[in-house]
Amino acid sequence: MKRGPFIPIVATLGFIFLYAPIISLVVFSFNSSKLVTVWGGFSTRWYGELFANEQVLGAGLLSLQIAASSATLALILGTLCAVALTRFRRFRGKTLLGAMVSAPLVMPDVITGLSLLLLFVGLQELIGWPAGRGTLTIIIAHATFCMAYVTVVVQSRLSDLDISLEEAAQDLGATPARVFFDITLPIIAPALISGWLLSFTLSLDDLVIASFVAGPDSNTLPMVIFSKMKLGVSPDINALASVIIGIVALGVVIATLLQLRRPAAARS
Amino acid sequence: MTESTADMVQASAPRIPWRPWGFIRDLMGTAGMRGRWVVIAPPLLWLLVFFLIPLLVIIKISFSESVVSQPPYLPLLTLSDQGDVQLTLHLSNFMYLGQDSLYLAAFLSSLKIALISTVVALIVGYPIAYFIARASDRWRNILLMLVILPFWSSFLLRVYAWIGFLKNNGVIDNLLQALGLPQITMLYTDFAVYLGIVYTYLPFMILPLYTNLVKLDEALLEASADLGARPFRTFLSVTLPLSIPGMVAGSLLVFIPAIGEYVIPTLLGGPSTLMIGRVLWDEFFANRDWPMAASVAIAMLVVVVVPLMFLQRAQSAVVERR
Repeated sequence: MKRGPFIPIVATLGFIFLYAPIISLVVFSFNSSKLVTVWGGFSTRWYGELFANEQVLGAGLLSLQIAASSATLALILGTLCAVALTRFRRFRGKTLLGAMVSAPLVMPDVITGLSLLLLFVGLQELIGWPAGRGTLTIIIAHATFCMAYVTVVVQSRLSDLDISLEEAAQDLGATPARVFFDITLPIIAPALISGWLLSFTLSLDDLVIASFVAGPDSNTLPMVIFSKMKLGVSPDINALASVIIGIVALGVVIATLLQLRRPAAARS
Repeated sequence: MTESTADMVQASAPRIPWRPWGFIRDLMGTAGMRGRWVVIAPPLLWLLVFFLIPLLVIIKISFSESVVSQPPYLPLLTLSDQGDVQLTLHLSNFMYLGQDSLYLAAFLSSLKIALISTVVALIVGYPIAYFIARASDRWRNILLMLVILPFWSSFLLRVYAWIGFLKNNGVIDNLLQALGLPQITMLYTDFAVYLGIVYTYLPFMILPLYTNLVKLDEALLEASADLGARPFRTFLSVTLPLSIPGMVAGSLLVFIPAIGEYVIPTLLGGPSTLMIGRVLWDEFFANRDWPMAASVAIAMLVVVVVPLMFLQRAQSAVVERR
């Protein structure tokens, strides 16, 4: 089929649109001038200031802890939920479970945050738990919306899975738990890894929900960045952004290389 | 029954292992629950406590009245002097929602901004998705990765990147001045908000469109060309109608989160950029009026989110039937 130049040109412009702001962000992080967008010579001064900033480093560490815990919690809950929805034919509350687990995907962050905060305040009044708000309440909130994403990812893998393997193990006398841990789990492992990574990223990225349910001494990295950003651009945020983008790009490139290598190894 | 058969039954009865927690299983058994409830119960209970009950709490608080105390709202149920339980529902929040034009204006403005951004994202995303779907296998994965890559980096920082681009004496402004063009204010305007939303949600538009377009049968396009249709005519009468499910899915994925958006209008928009997510945030954090914030949330759910959820469900049902 003959192709005109129109589509490639528009697509190229689209990719420039996607990447130009990110590239300029990284370039200006090496700018020695304090005016972020006027070039004043090459310098790594802002990286030095970034790694000396204890508020940013502390918030970064807290965010990583919260992301790791909530992703793990979301992985366990989401996997159980996906197994229940795909492998059990009928049980009381199946429709309710399906609706509740997919609703957070379309729920605006402001509503999720507000509703959880009101719940935590009400619970504290009623039973005294959770005592105050902080890291724990952020982990609970993040696990709740992340488990929706884990469920979607694991569910699609489970429904593609050849069920006869599980049935064969069952016929050979394995208990349902044994079937799950010996057969199902190894096969869906890639989906579990991508579900965990997705949850980790979503938790690390969340500003709105965390702002609602955070306590006075639990400032996550996005909350610190946001309060700096409201004051305008500053070069050390550029440096921080470049560090994060560098880590992400490295991770994605490694993952892609591993994926490209695997079929090649299988073929040989 | 003779004595010997009774002995046999006795002898063949298996030894019952000692299980101290067995009573839990018995209890669950009488309630109609079996072993699989070990799998079902944790996510079900978690979602009941941390998703469904919070929504009910929001409804409850929205009928309360704001007071200066800790927590800053009045309880709905109170004990009177005679020991009766009294239920007080304040409809004032919802009446205020209808009376003050700010809220209606914010709702309409959110819908307008979300709609325009979705249309622009569709126009920008369609050629990209089409290009990727028609690319060779080798290029396809690389291009897809390039679309997804920004999504993995921080959302907040991608919005931040546009501040440096759009501000006065920013990258675009300097470029225009170098070309001798007049200066225009772009940051802190509605234009910047549209740009920010299109930029951050573009991958959500491209991916469903791509999954739809990549399944398109090339034979249909060849048949259309053989029958004498020009490429543009083929696109209009074959490709475009067949890609409607992808267009609807992508548009919903952009439109729904755009309505409740808080970060983008706050960082890129001006003081006059009115969006409902921002109103809710200010009501809660600036005015500390929790009941009012709760009723804004309820109105947002009823007016915007619930209809869209049904639309999305109907859409996915149509896709599954195909």
